[in-house]
Amino acid sequence: MITLDAVKKIFQTKDGAVNAVDHVDLSIEQGEIFGIIGYSGAGKSTLIRMLNMLERPTSGDVTVAGKNLSQLSNRELRKARQEISMIFQHFNLLWSRTVKENIAFPLEIAGVPKEERQKRVDELIKLVGLEGRGESYPSQLSGGQKQRVGIARALANNPKVLLCDEATSALDPKTTDSILNLLVEINQKLDLTIVLITHEMHVIRKICHRVAVMEDGRIVEQGPVLDVFRHPKEFITKDFVKQITEPEETTDMIKQLASEKPQSKIVQLTFVGGNAEQPVITDVIRKFDVQVNILQGKVSQTQNGPYGTLFIQLEGADQEVDEAVTYMNGQKVEVEVISYE
Amino acid sequence: MNNLFPNVDWAQMWASTGETLYMTAIAVLATFIIGLFLGLALFLTGKGNLWENKFFNFVIAAIVNIFRSIPFIILIILLIPLTLFLVGSMLGANAALPALIIGAAPFYARMVEIALREVDKGVIEAAKSMGSSNSQIIFKVLIPESLPALISGITVTSIALVGYTAMAGVVGAGGLGNLAFLEGFQRTQNDVTFVATVIILIIVFIIQLIGDNVTRTIDKR
Ligand SMILES: Nc1ncnc2c1ncn2[C@@H]1O[C@H](COP(=O)(O)OP(=O)(O)OP(=O)(O)O)[C@@H](O)[C@H]1O
Ligand SMILES: [Mg+2]
Repeated sequence: MITLDAVKKIFQTKDGAVNAVDHVDLSIEQGEIFGIIGYSGAGKSTLIRMLNMLERPTSGDVTVAGKNLSQLSNRELRKARQEISMIFQHFNLLWSRTVKENIAFPLEIAGVPKEERQKRVDELIKLVGLEGRGESYPSQLSGGQKQRVGIARALANNPKVLLCDEATSALDPKTTDSILNLLVEINQKLDLTIVLITHEMHVIRKICHRVAVMEDGRIVEQGPVLDVFRHPKEFITKDFVKQITEPEETTDMIKQLASEKPQSKIVQLTFVGGNAEQPVITDVIRKFDVQVNILQGKVSQTQNGPYGTLFIQLEGADQEVDEAVTYMNGQKVEVEVISYE
Repeated sequence: MNNLFPNVDWAQMWASTGETLYMTAIAVLATFIIGLFLGLALFLTGKGNLWENKFFNFVIAAIVNIFRSIPFIILIILLIPLTLFLVGSMLGANAALPALIIGAAPFYARMVEIALREVDKGVIEAAKSMGSSNSQIIFKVLIPESLPALISGITVTSIALVGYTAMAGVVGAGGLGNLAFLEGFQRTQNDVTFVATVIILIIVFIIQLIGDNVTRTIDKR
């Protein structure tokens, strides 16, 4: 559905050239939710804005729905943009228009006749759950409701692709969840391809099928979400995965425990997919003469199944502990012995 | 009434009021159209905007700034040849119009530019991302989203225009300013000057009231 081929974007500034996006190859399939994560300044916005030519690549090709965007004339590009919608962090609604009129805007642009417009607007209002708010102005809505208007507006012309530039970053966690659920719903209902960028790993965890990690204008790692969670390769990816598995206080607590009982071992177990409910711990206690303290555990749901982490402390004779670790390694869990120096 | 203002010829007073209203109305209308057009051109050719063009932007900005800086009374004198050509006379309400419009339109154009600059860049971008053409962005985004500022700008400009008409009146263009000068000042009939002033104040007050109300009702921010 979307292919990027050696795409580069260089900004010329007074302080010299900025390589915002540096040789990115990417391929996104029809119907998938693809996440791009990176820290501030990584070039995420620049990258996603090249998918509808709000930003023109310095070199390389961007192909969306079979069209090479950089080769289109202005008129063709405007037509193509009706199939590539976008939602924004700050919603970007027209304050001078009501909810209904905002949603009708892209239909006016596309030249849809008035009666059809009204019908379509009513459908969309229902789809995003804003019944009864059609005559309100954006200033009378909450952030979550505004983003729902943004989504309805983006879906008006039946696009093939939806681009989300930090679409939930201005929202509280609960509202974020409801917007993310809405995105999953429309992805399934309409078989819409969604590309979203974020700096929050739990957004990726919750709704993405695949993820790419961006650093300094490059894609440094990509793959199915569960694979990346299970085997993060790059340092930056590990850092992002920690946002999910390991809140800061856990690290502190584990350090504390490790220093209190230096002879014990602290182990992080990662369960993926169907294994999340396996009775590994029970087995270990039965089979080995070790004491198991559960320090912290967490299971979260991803689009490809559950994903869980468990921190345990093993106490006992060195040999027993080592054997227990070896045993767990043989099971379908990822085992990492933690040492905090 | 007649005891209070012995020298006021009310028929003449109302006729002058009518002339002032006529000059103001035509000038406001023309200023709105020309100023909007110039302001849009100024904004759109500016850096980072739809028709970015350094040369045109410089030329338009220069014209606007020059005409905005010339004191109105001098502008009237400078425009005598043009007025004679267009209107055929320096007397009467129509004679004031060229100077009024040329004086006020650049003033309003600047306000239009400022109003347009206040439009959220994100909203313009959103419109672009939906496939809007430039003219759709101008008529469906830029103008509606800046309308309250455009209206309050034309209110301020209209009030300035009422003042300009009085000045134009002094050099022969009719209206309340003309009356106050010829009948009031030159013949030392202070009651005439007083009544003319009060009527001008009432006109200004009404314009302000209408402008504020319209701005308030259309501003949904
Ligand atoms: N119009 C521009 N002109 C010059 N430099 C730019 C421009 N836009 C972006 N940049 C630079 O490109 C780099 C990438 O910016 P970009 O906005 O894509 O980052 P980002 O990953 O979206 O960050 P954030 O999470 O803060 O939104 C930054 O160094 C930024 O300063
Ligand atoms: Mg960004």
